[in-house]
Amino acid sequence: MSNEVMSVLKKDYIYNLMLKGKREDGRTFDEMRKIDLRTNVIEKAEGSAWIKLGETEVLVGVKLQAGAPFPDSPGEGVIITSMELNPIASPDFEAGPPKESAIEMARVTDRGIRESGAIDLSKLCITEGEEVWIVFIDIHVLNNTGNIQDASSLGAIAALLTATVPGAREGRGEDMPVPIRDMPVSVTLVDIGGEMMVDPDLDEETVCDSRITIVSNQDGSISGMQKSGNGALTEEKLLKAVSLACQKASELRETHLLNI
Amino acid sequence: MSDKPEKFIDENGLRLDGRRVDEIRPMKMEIGVLSRADGSCYLEWGKNKVLAAVYGPRELHPRRLQKSDSALIRYRYNMAAFSVEDRIRPGPSRRSIEISKVSREAFEPVVLTHLYPGAVIDIFAEVLQADAGTRTAAINAASMALADAGIPMKGLVSACAVGKVDGQLILDLDKPEDNYGDADIPMAMTSEGEITLIQMDGDVTPEEFKRAIEMCREGCRQILEIQKETLQNKFAKLNEVEVSDDEGEADVSALVECTLDPLEGNEIPDVGESEDDESIEEDLVEDAEAEDEVESVEGQDDTDDLYSDDEAGEQVEEFDDSFKDVDEEDIPEDDEETA
Repeated sequence: MSNEVMSVLKKDYIYNLMLKGKREDGRTFDEMRKIDLRTNVIEKAEGSAWIKLGETEVLVGVKLQAGAPFPDSPGEGVIITSMELNPIASPDFEAGPPKESAIEMARVTDRGIRESGAIDLSKLCITEGEEVWIVFIDIHVLNNTGNIQDASSLGAIAALLTATVPGAREGRGEDMPVPIRDMPVSVTLVDIGGEMMVDPDLDEETVCDSRITIVSNQDGSISGMQKSGNGALTEEKLLKAVSLACQKASELRETHLLNI
Repeated sequence: MSDKPEKFIDENGLRLDGRRVDEIRPMKMEIGVLSRADGSCYLEWGKNKVLAAVYGPRELHPRRLQKSDSALIRYRYNMAAFSVEDRIRPGPSRRSIEISKVSREAFEPVVLTHLYPGAVIDIFAEVLQADAGTRTAAINAASMALADAGIPMKGLVSACAVGKVDGQLILDLDKPEDNYGDADIPMAMTSEGEITLIQMDGDVTPEEFKRAIEMCREGCRQILEIQKETLQNKFAKLNEVEVSDDEGEADVSALVECTLDPLEGNEIPDVGESEDDESIEEDLVEDAEAEDEVESVEGQDDTDDLYSDDEAGEQVEEFDDSFKDVDEEDIPEDDEETA
């Protein structure tokens, strides 16, 4: 959760808007902010994506390196996802090792990609038990106006879709695209006074009781979910959130990912 | 990856990428690219891609670091993990700590820190893609971000490097020249030509070194032109928008106009370069100061808002005491957290 200092009056203001069915920036409760997505913006990365969600900006770079597999999955590639809440992105971010919120968001993004089987890890094996491809997904947050989570997750899968396995450069076979089987997309909602709102901006994220992120796949299955914040969610609200998130995710996939 | 080329400079005096020995790589920049930063700049220089942001002047925590007579400048140079061929570990390295330090010291001579005692000016330079000369690229971007943030400065800082390949001095090294060349001398200069940063590794003679400074000065002058042009473009645009929007508010539009008048004067094509240069530099300081005035006016507005918020808060408090508890306990806590 963000550390922004928010006056109680602001909280009241957003709450009162909610009672009238409105949001601060004029969106409806189920409306995402405008998305601008560009891929292959970093030539030196194996894959990359620059995403703008409203004013939130995130740059995702994918690098691949040969390395040792985990002992329990000797024939599979490895995914490592990290996020830096760069101090360039907000007056509230500080330099230094990732704090809990950055670790949480990186892990949610990681789980969405890992659990959906989006990357065919068996195809990333070079020599079983000895050498596999390690996929590094590095998420660089450049400007935070809320909902870094969804920007990161959409950016990550977009960057992966454009990524190449640098076989020739590393002297390990030929170049090939990173084998992608699915397109997990996360959608985050916040609960403000009992109403669920999709794609929270910074103020909404700060005042909300709780926040829920749902990662769903092409066939409508869910591969990741995370609740954060100190509020509770009822089952009814949760289910509503899930169905809305799946619907939004498929819209996002159609408009932004299928043409990559 | 690639092996050392046999020759860096061909018989026509052209380099591997087709540049002359005293030619910099193409550079473009844009300011005001990040909405949350007080000032920002995105810069592309050859294959380098750098993003710089400035926050401040703002309160410095912990307070023991505050300087009672001036603002503290902090500079963070950081490379993205994916910015180079082989991924680098995120976070500060010994190299980036050193670069951060010398880059900070490149700005300390020009920023008018005495105007903001007790405050901090944070400069963040993010290298998104690296291709030799990232520290100089970062300094050029940071200089623009400072100007964009309206931080008062004596002038802009520009930086570029001179190196040596095939026994010949060259301006602005690219990656192969940096990897296999005989020398690398990055420098930063003020608009008056004072050197605020210089580093060197390699092997050059004193004569070559003297020549290197001259080449660098020429490079920095070209970069300064690009920097000035970028500033003029933005503030000319700002003029059109702000004046039409704020017609009703005489005070603000007057300030905006006084900020921009000198720049409009400068749109006249360059005649008599040296004179023009000087006037532009003065203008820059004026600009910064004028902008600062605008900011402080806005600042006052903010405080007014805060007061009115407080008043409103007090009114509510009369009705509801529990509200007051929240108000007084929660907010200082948040403050500590951010500290």
